[in-house]
Amino acid sequence: MIELEGLTKRYGEKVAVDGLTFAVRPGMVTGFLGPNGAGKSTTMRMVLGLDHPTAGDVRIDGRHYRQLKDPLTYVGALLDAKAVHGGRSAYNHLLCLAQSNGIPRARVAQVLDTVGLTAVARKKAKGFSYGMGQRLGIAAALLGDPRILMFDEPVNGLDPEGIHWIRNLMKSLAAQGRTVFVSSHLMSEMALTADHLVVIGQGRLLADTSMADFIRENSRSCVRIRSPQRERLLDVLHDDGITVVEAGGGALEVAGGKAERIGELAARNGIVLHELSPRHASLEEAFMQLTAQAVEYHAHAGPEPAPRDWGAGWKGA
Amino acid sequence: MAAAQVIRSEWTKIRSVASTVWTLSLAVVVTIALGMLISALSRNQFDSMPVQDRLSFDPTYVSFAGMSLGQLAMIVFGVLVVSNEYSTGMIRVSLAAVPQRAAFLFGKIAVAGALALAVGMATSFAAFFLGQAMLGPHGARIGDPGVLRAVLGGGLYMTLIAMFSMGVAAMLRSPMLSLGILMPFFFLISNILGNVDATKKLGRFLPDQAGSRIMQVVPRADGTPYGPWGGLGIMVLWVIAALAGGYAVLKNRDA
Repeated sequence: MIELEGLTKRYGEKVAVDGLTFAVRPGMVTGFLGPNGAGKSTTMRMVLGLDHPTAGDVRIDGRHYRQLKDPLTYVGALLDAKAVHGGRSAYNHLLCLAQSNGIPRARVAQVLDTVGLTAVARKKAKGFSYGMGQRLGIAAALLGDPRILMFDEPVNGLDPEGIHWIRNLMKSLAAQGRTVFVSSHLMSEMALTADHLVVIGQGRLLADTSMADFIRENSRSCVRIRSPQRERLLDVLHDDGITVVEAGGGALEVAGGKAERIGELAARNGIVLHELSPRHASLEEAFMQLTAQAVEYHAHAGPEPAPRDWGAGWKGA
Repeated sequence: MAAAQVIRSEWTKIRSVASTVWTLSLAVVVTIALGMLISALSRNQFDSMPVQDRLSFDPTYVSFAGMSLGQLAMIVFGVLVVSNEYSTGMIRVSLAAVPQRAAFLFGKIAVAGALALAVGMATSFAAFFLGQAMLGPHGARIGDPGVLRAVLGGGLYMTLIAMFSMGVAAMLRSPMLSLGILMPFFFLISNILGNVDATKKLGRFLPDQAGSRIMQVVPRADGTPYGPWGGLGIMVLWVIAALAGGYAVLKNRDA
């Protein structure tokens, strides 16, 4: 289990991570979601003790990362697939990591096999494609057979086959009872893999909820209707106090999950319906809405809107 | 034990990259070849030298003439061993594996230092014997007073210059910045400061000026306020300062 307690990181004036408190639990995939620059990578680096928090605390099973003996056997992490010396072979890259944590040499060949890099084990890492680099990073994370795994944007740059592979890998790791913490800026990706969701924006915690609850609470639903007796239907719905909006192409839309009610009204009044379909707004939209609110909140929080920091968005997460 | 694990890991790192081989072999080849060349030239010109120069002729030191260039390859070795971690981003993977930053840094420096010592000693002895062979009748013998000390000192000098570079690289992190400062400093600036009258007194306390004193067998009447081992001690202090600075930076800054 990873526990964050008021974790904060400031770079001068800029707050990258702002008082994060949440726990990442074993036995499931926890998605760590936020737009680019929300502070996901900074948070992960603080979990590993690479960056020093300005305030707050983060613990791994109750201990600080640097207190762990042979930490790779507790926590495996993929932060940056390109963080490899290009002149070193995949085998030697993993071997030096294994030796630093007293992991037997035989394990290197095992993880290379798991990620499908056995054939290129003796090749220099600089010749690797992005996807191969990503697999090497995952092999390094798996090396110590850790109970906790952390992946920063693991599907970035992977081909569909690779994405499918990594989704299944994360699910199977969680099914073995391990803690799996994975960041992404894509809600659609998280919806397919995560059981639990932690959403941050501008370094602040926006949601810490199960995936099912998030979907229930955040997906706006509506009902789409089409009828040849459009005017009569509008009257009937109006009399029942239901607000209707034009949806283009002759279709009508009613907010909320009122499909049954509309069907009953139409039947009672003998109105023909060509379409009566409940629809859910995509999770991507719900996520955008959630994070947009965070941005909005910040813009109005200060006494005066601060001048925009040009390029802040792409300076890196 | 944890320290042994770090040592083993760092040895795998250092032996698995090409830069180790080419920087160290360059240091060996350049030091020996240039030493032999200067020794051969000195032999030919010995008879035409002024009497004063002949009396102060230091055959041991002449055979180490290649160090001035060979040390540059040692500097590159020291810088790359440390700054490769930063330029590749590997430092984050390394520190996640070994979060005790002192163990990480000093484990790396112990391994790289030991390798530099082995290569430095071999180079120094080879440069001496091959240089003396070139000098022929004007050469020194290893049993002559002070000669063994100078030859061992040559190996220590190469090791210390590499370790000093490691400390500087740990402070600056960038290979280009580190090399951009160290190479011109040891190749030009230090020599200028050590030879211009105005700066001579301070210049001879610079790491290379002080450290190279140990390779001289025939004392020079230049009023140097320290002996061979004193000079090497000054160089050791520089190395300790550089490594302490490197550790302070690594300990306090985000990786």
